[in-house]
Amino acid sequence: MSVFQTNFTMQTDTRRRGPVVEVLHQLLCSGTFLTGVVIVLFWVACALLGQHFVPYNALTEDIINALAPPSSEHWFGTDQIGRDVFSRVIVGSRDILTVAPLATLLATLTGTALGLFTGYFRGLVDDVVSRILEAFMAIPGPIVSLLAIVALGTSRIMVIVVIGLSFAPVIARTVRSAVLAERELDYVAAAQLRHESTVHMMFVEIFPNVIPPILVESTVRLGYAIFAVATLSFLGFGIQPPSPDWGLSIASNYGMISGGFWWTVLFDALAIASLVIGVNLVADSVQAALND
Amino acid sequence: MTNSAKAENALELTDLSVAYRVAGRNRAVLRNLSLTIGQGEAYGLVGESGCGKSTVALTVVRYLPRNGSITGGAISLDGQNVMKLDAEALRRARAESVSMVYQDPGKALNPSIRVGRQLTEIFELGGVSGRAATDRAIAMLNRVRISDPVSVMQRYPHQLSGGMQQRVAIAMALANDPSMLILDEPTTGLDATVEAEVLDLIAQLRQELSASILFISHNLAVVSNMCDRVGVLYAGMLVEEGPTEVVFNDPRHPYTVALLRCLPRGGQRKDQGRLDTIPGFLPGIGADIKGCAFADRCALADDRCRSELPPLYDLGGRLSRCFHHDKAQALPRATPSDVAPVPKPAAAPVLRVARLNKTYASHGHALRAVKDVSLDLLPGETLGLVGESGSGKTTFARLLLGLVPPDDGGTIELEGKALAPRLENRSDDQIKAMQIVFQNPDSALNRSHSIRHLIGRALKRLAGLSGKALESRLNDLVRSVRLTDRHLAVKPRQLSGGLKQRVAIARAFAGDPRIVVCDEPTSALDVSVQAAILNLLADLQSKEDVSYIFISHDLAVVRYLSDKIAVLYLGRIMELGPSEDVFSGPHHPYTEALLSAVPKLDQTETARIRLDGEIPSATNPPSGCVFHTRCPRKIGAICEQQEPLLAEARPGHAIRCHIPYAQLAKLQSSTPPLEAMG
Repeated sequence: MSVFQTNFTMQTDTRRRGPVVEVLHQLLCSGTFLTGVVIVLFWVACALLGQHFVPYNALTEDIINALAPPSSEHWFGTDQIGRDVFSRVIVGSRDILTVAPLATLLATLTGTALGLFTGYFRGLVDDVVSRILEAFMAIPGPIVSLLAIVALGTSRIMVIVVIGLSFAPVIARTVRSAVLAERELDYVAAAQLRHESTVHMMFVEIFPNVIPPILVESTVRLGYAIFAVATLSFLGFGIQPPSPDWGLSIASNYGMISGGFWWTVLFDALAIASLVIGVNLVADSVQAALND
Repeated sequence: MTNSAKAENALELTDLSVAYRVAGRNRAVLRNLSLTIGQGEAYGLVGESGCGKSTVALTVVRYLPRNGSITGGAISLDGQNVMKLDAEALRRARAESVSMVYQDPGKALNPSIRVGRQLTEIFELGGVSGRAATDRAIAMLNRVRISDPVSVMQRYPHQLSGGMQQRVAIAMALANDPSMLILDEPTTGLDATVEAEVLDLIAQLRQELSASILFISHNLAVVSNMCDRVGVLYAGMLVEEGPTEVVFNDPRHPYTVALLRCLPRGGQRKDQGRLDTIPGFLPGIGADIKGCAFADRCALADDRCRSELPPLYDLGGRLSRCFHHDKAQALPRATPSDVAPVPKPAAAPVLRVARLNKTYASHGHALRAVKDVSLDLLPGETLGLVGESGSGKTTFARLLLGLVPPDDGGTIELEGKALAPRLENRSDDQIKAMQIVFQNPDSALNRSHSIRHLIGRALKRLAGLSGKALESRLNDLVRSVRLTDRHLAVKPRQLSGGLKQRVAIARAFAGDPRIVVCDEPTSALDVSVQAAILNLLADLQSKEDVSYIFISHDLAVVRYLSDKIAVLYLGRIMELGPSEDVFSGPHHPYTEALLSAVPKLDQTETARIRLDGEIPSATNPPSGCVFHTRCPRKIGAICEQQEPLLAEARPGHAIRCHIPYAQLAKLQSSTPPLEAMG
């Protein structure tokens, strides 16, 4: 049109970065996020490589040295059958770090599917499915998990399925409310004016826009899942012996506390706490970055 | 407050600089801004969004967001140095001597506290309590012309209309008789009729109170009606200042000249020439500006402008920051005014709507959002839909598009073929023939997708293209809305509002539509961007012979683009006719009131017809003529009992009114009914 046209088009965009870059940038500048990531990565590294570095085999018994207090030889002492607590704590993250993330993944997939479905179709479908999910959520989680595991048998897969499904309704609810809000936006009407299919609407138009809340919700759930796995293991329905799992170790040693053998329990408990805190720090900062 | 302050200026900003810290760097927002507001003076601050207008308001009360800081200069309020006040003194200053009214009254009022409590709280802070505080609150509400203050006090903010909320906000601002009142876009979210009322109120209050006013607005016409002096802000710098009339009638800075040229004025129409635009963009905040900030966008700029900051030239009672202030008005047009000849509309209508109705069920009541609407649209013609919010404009558009199914009985015919009421049942050819440009591009463009995907998908679905053909059509389309390849890879949020709206327009035109519904497409945009979008729509229309249904609350914009106008009130067409007839009159009393409510730049204030109150609820519309409750020309019982027909007064021009056409002509040629409604 005029001489200015070139100016006009040259100048716009580069001022703002893409959304993904922006969020990553913000996360990497966040102390909370970095602290959380360091903690979580530490335990992941322990799970993957810990067995090559620990001073003792986590499963080797040494009855003569049973219940030895922390010393230069056994940093965290030994348990009632003489296994080195330090070595057990370090490799003890292995099982929980496979079971909890897989359970969270299952919960996220199921919850997202349910949430997209109910939020997109609304109406009767939504009413029926949502009421069922709410009824499910009204029953205390641990009881559901316990009953299901008792009924279906104890195995690692079972723990994943039970925790995954019991967390799914919460994620479904979050996704549903996000989808309901998206559904009101004009781009959905614009897609209807192109006769787009239902599948396209749900997965190409709406789904990418609800990824942020899904991401936040599943990191939060991961923290809870770790806790749930540890609880189930403690109660004897989760990870089974002879795994050096933290919850399991606490279960088999907590009777010793009254005898003054605190080291058999404390370090495992701290390990669980640190992993949950690490995950929650990540969840908090992801939430802060995405809600900006 | 104190009489000794009388001698001082109400507000003095001296070399004020403000920066926002973004991504670890201080970015200048206000640059050496100096301005003075005298006692009792109303000062208007205008400029496009991003110029720093609101930052001025926040800085005056030291209310900047956490990342904002004053990097230099001084603020003096009633002779008091605001920068030196300690926390307590600042609190007192904010409580007693300066008040603010914000754009969105819904957000300024606490939603969970009754209006009365929010008001009395202010008096209680001032030491008045109990009964006395309540009495003063009632007096205050009376003062802002709220007719039933006692019952309003009992309500929560959401139970009040937007206009009422803004009155309450003004009452709260005036409660302590401030010496300085800052109004930040106080009428921007309101309908023209309500805006007119609020502006009238502010003008009346000015005479009763001693307060000086800082009036911030992007709307030049509003400022010209309200203010004694005006300052034009550009990139955080004052570029022009002077008495309002002088600045607007004889601008001496190219930016002011260009801004004024962007507005359709004096009944300008699309066939009389394009609007002028301002090329380029405002420098981003914190941009390193050498020389004149406007130089990049100014056709008068020379090397000196680009290297040396122009001083504020004093031109006798007015200021201009331009080396070429003497020839600012000779600024060449950025957009040539010539227009392609408008094709003569063919005889067969492209769209024919007959007896279209839409009833919603609302709490057991029937809400008639659209009632008995019938109209025709010719190819290449623009139908403007006007009316206050709640009049059914958007619902009507959604009915046409099939996004909302109409009640049984009505018909919509596209090129002679009946359209199914629901979108799903329309053929692919039918849906591509009718598309829409939404008001808010942020909502209309999927933020997860790139511009290429957004336009490409529309071409694939609507034009049935793929591969090479799609690619080449995409390039043509992108160029026809004046975007470039660079824009294709990015996501919507990386584009400015105007560019996003171009993407939305490209998408609507992907399938060679016969009709495009434009639902307030420019209401979220600055005037310079609005002008470019209006030009684009006019160009595309003359090229593609497409028809528009153009919805807008801005009557000057509607007039610029429309060939035909439908005036809606409570879902009914009150007047329908050729644009020129509807605007020049004689017209329906409602149209007359709408027109008179629009603040105008060109003419001095004439006696205005005020519409009292708000549009009635559509669940319980008034009997007879639905407009009779607010009509300044009501003739008697017949208006309350019998609904008038939409009768053709002249060929093609129909008015729904009991007053005969000749009588209307006579009434409207004489003076308007003064204060017909108290």
